[in-house]
Amino acid sequence: MPSASPLLVIDGLSKSYPGVKAVDDVSFSVVGGEIHALLGENGAGKSTLVKMVYGLVAPDQGAMSLDGAPFQPRRPAEARARGVGMVFQHFSLFDALSVEENVALGLPQAMATGDLATRITRVSRDYGLEIDPARLVGELSVGERQRIEIVRCLLQNPRLVIMDEPTSVLTPQEAADLFATLRQLRDQGCSILYISHKLEEIRALCQRATILRGGRVVGSCDPRHETARGLAEMMLGATFTLPQRPERTDGAVRLQVVGLTLPAVSLFGVALADINFSVCGGEIFGIAGVAGNGQNELMDVLTGERSGPTNDAVVVDALAVGRAGPHERRARGMAFVPEERAGHSAVPGLSLVENVLLSERFSSRSGMIDWRAVRARANQIVAAFDVRTVGIDHVARSLSGGNLQKFVVGRELLTKPGVLIVNQPTWGVDAGAASAIQSALLELARTGAAVVVISQDLDELFQIATRLAVIAGGRLSPARPIAELTIEGIGQAMGGHHHAHPPAPPADAVERGINA
Amino acid sequence: MSMDLIVGILAGLLVAATPLILAALGELVVEKSGVLNLGVEGMMVIGAFAGFAAKVLTGSYLLAFPAAIFAGMLMGLLFGLLTQILLSNQVASGLALTLFGLGLSALFGAGWTGLTAGAFPRLNALGLPGSLAAGLDVLILLTLALVVATQYVLTRTRTGLILRAVGENHDAAHAIGYPVVAVRMLALAFGGGMAGLGGAYLSLVQTPFWVERMTAGRGWIALALVVFSAWRPFRLLAGALLFGGITILQLHSQGFGLKVDAQVLAMLPYLATLAVLVFMSRSRGAGNAAGRLRAPQSLGKVFTSTT
Repeated sequence: MPSASPLLVIDGLSKSYPGVKAVDDVSFSVVGGEIHALLGENGAGKSTLVKMVYGLVAPDQGAMSLDGAPFQPRRPAEARARGVGMVFQHFSLFDALSVEENVALGLPQAMATGDLATRITRVSRDYGLEIDPARLVGELSVGERQRIEIVRCLLQNPRLVIMDEPTSVLTPQEAADLFATLRQLRDQGCSILYISHKLEEIRALCQRATILRGGRVVGSCDPRHETARGLAEMMLGATFTLPQRPERTDGAVRLQVVGLTLPAVSLFGVALADINFSVCGGEIFGIAGVAGNGQNELMDVLTGERSGPTNDAVVVDALAVGRAGPHERRARGMAFVPEERAGHSAVPGLSLVENVLLSERFSSRSGMIDWRAVRARANQIVAAFDVRTVGIDHVARSLSGGNLQKFVVGRELLTKPGVLIVNQPTWGVDAGAASAIQSALLELARTGAAVVVISQDLDELFQIATRLAVIAGGRLSPARPIAELTIEGIGQAMGGHHHAHPPAPPADAVERGINA
Repeated sequence: MSMDLIVGILAGLLVAATPLILAALGELVVEKSGVLNLGVEGMMVIGAFAGFAAKVLTGSYLLAFPAAIFAGMLMGLLFGLLTQILLSNQVASGLALTLFGLGLSALFGAGWTGLTAGAFPRLNALGLPGSLAAGLDVLILLTLALVVATQYVLTRTRTGLILRAVGENHDAAHAIGYPVVAVRMLALAFGGGMAGLGGAYLSLVQTPFWVERMTAGRGWIALALVVFSAWRPFRLLAGALLFGGITILQLHSQGFGLKVDAQVLAMLPYLATLAVLVFMSRSRGAGNAAGRLRAPQSLGKVFTSTT
């Protein structure tokens, strides 16, 4: 059990931005040697709160103390000097610089000289975070990048480490390795302030949780004694229904991919090798895999952004569309939600109304845009998918990630597609929005559409998919019904191959994973 | 070819290249910090006039060159105010800065045309022997030293590392706690100062009198040089000598017996600039990862602090 003496005490912190009180009179404390979870939906104020602890944002009101002494960091360097480190959600790394240079940038000057490379190697070995100081960050996998951030943090012997959604980009195996490191740190007396929306992970890792909603503390608990559902309800302040998977249907095949082989486009790209699968109406087909194993390449061929090798490689409702462009495919009843919402599925600088026009035409009889219909559709999306926005004339950029994702998914769903392809539908989205998106996908499948969900989140796939296949090194394993699979087995089939050029897994590894 | 001719050409090459090196080196540092300042021509011409006027008024080079640097810095900081603090578009602001610089220097310089700043002493005036010393001056040596110093600071010092970090990913640099805007303002002041000094080299050393628009596009060549060099000081030096060589060719063509119209030769530096730009963008466009890694990733992007 953690010792009783508080390490960090937060007393009545508040921070307002124009029009919104991001953090409102928040008080709690983190004791020495505990992993303390900070739970809340997107926009609950978690990020603003930890930015104040790390000296990136100055509070309007309230005080903090660290080890009984007042703590008012005005810059991250001051926070670091007092023993507070932070690992960012979106890594604060520089692709064109080496690991060593990246680490040096996050250290005070006196620590960044001399035998830094040796110290990096030593710390990385001590904590099982293997990295090579001389490599360029641009060549590293996501998991390796995170290790740099953690090593940079640990080199300063921190007493409190803030982690902002550290596992959202990791494979199950990488996440397990991270947990081992975090427990090792905790056992050495270091405290960890852990932000995540993955409730199972918090239950497994944390001793205490403080729950934020709308910028206020709404509760605290010992997550080990709560159910994931109970935590989610505390977070949302509402009862919470887990989406129900559709019954297995044996509808007609609506999407078929046959013998899809394509070379890599760029040096860091992945070649697709003989991909075959078919999806029936009423079914959700899951494609699991670690980022960079061909998901984006497959997505591009499915959407028509990249032409297929033959017209027969992609067949929708018995019609070959392999060489058709995205517009033509949409006309055949397909709809797409790419992974990157800001910049790929939506234009950040255009209003929500204008973004509606990106995937569907609203032409009046005179051939002009029927703005009234477009606006009506935008309002319909906002209402049906509970998109929290100030107004449909505001730019897409002004929405939080979860809300923009709900908007984009809603936009595609309201075109009533027969085949929907989504890549990472709930990446970086809070539990409430994720559940809404998943329910919407299930609802669409129930109407007879074929849905393909490409995701790195195995929990999600196991919750909504009917059948599942694993993509690794540009190859797709045979699909199996979800009932025959376990998360651990799939995790093994996915894991290990997280480099830019993953070797194809031996065929039996996928089989083993699937049979585990 | 006689020894004297070779020495003469070499000296001429360095003299022609020096203003390009100075201005381009400044812009290289600016671009390494993630800012694209297209106003080099405007900063150079302001520096050329400020240096010239200070020399004519005071008679002192020790005041003239600092005046040129200071004037260039003010121009650089004006650009910084517009783009880093008021967040205006960098390309448009840079073009405006060039037009502003050309116009302002023409306005103030109207009564100065035809005056001379006097001959700048060459190295032989300092007691150095030889015909090469008769063609070179102390600023050329300073410029070469600055190339080495810039390379050293960028690759070997923490200052350079922070500058590169800000240019690579300003959001990450901000998150770690580096003052992105302050770093860029300093880089812009440096870039402006260097462009001003390069301009003053034109109006005080190369052709020691004032003519409206006397930079004649050298600011644009300097910008092209930065891309040509792939943001590396030593390659920039080589590129500047190449471009300087084309200028020399233009001047000495009749001596070599070339029968080419002067207008064609006058076009050469600009044609070479275009050729280099096309070549560079082709080699970078072909999915060349190394090429992509070379350009600062945040180059020309607007930075707004979200916190």
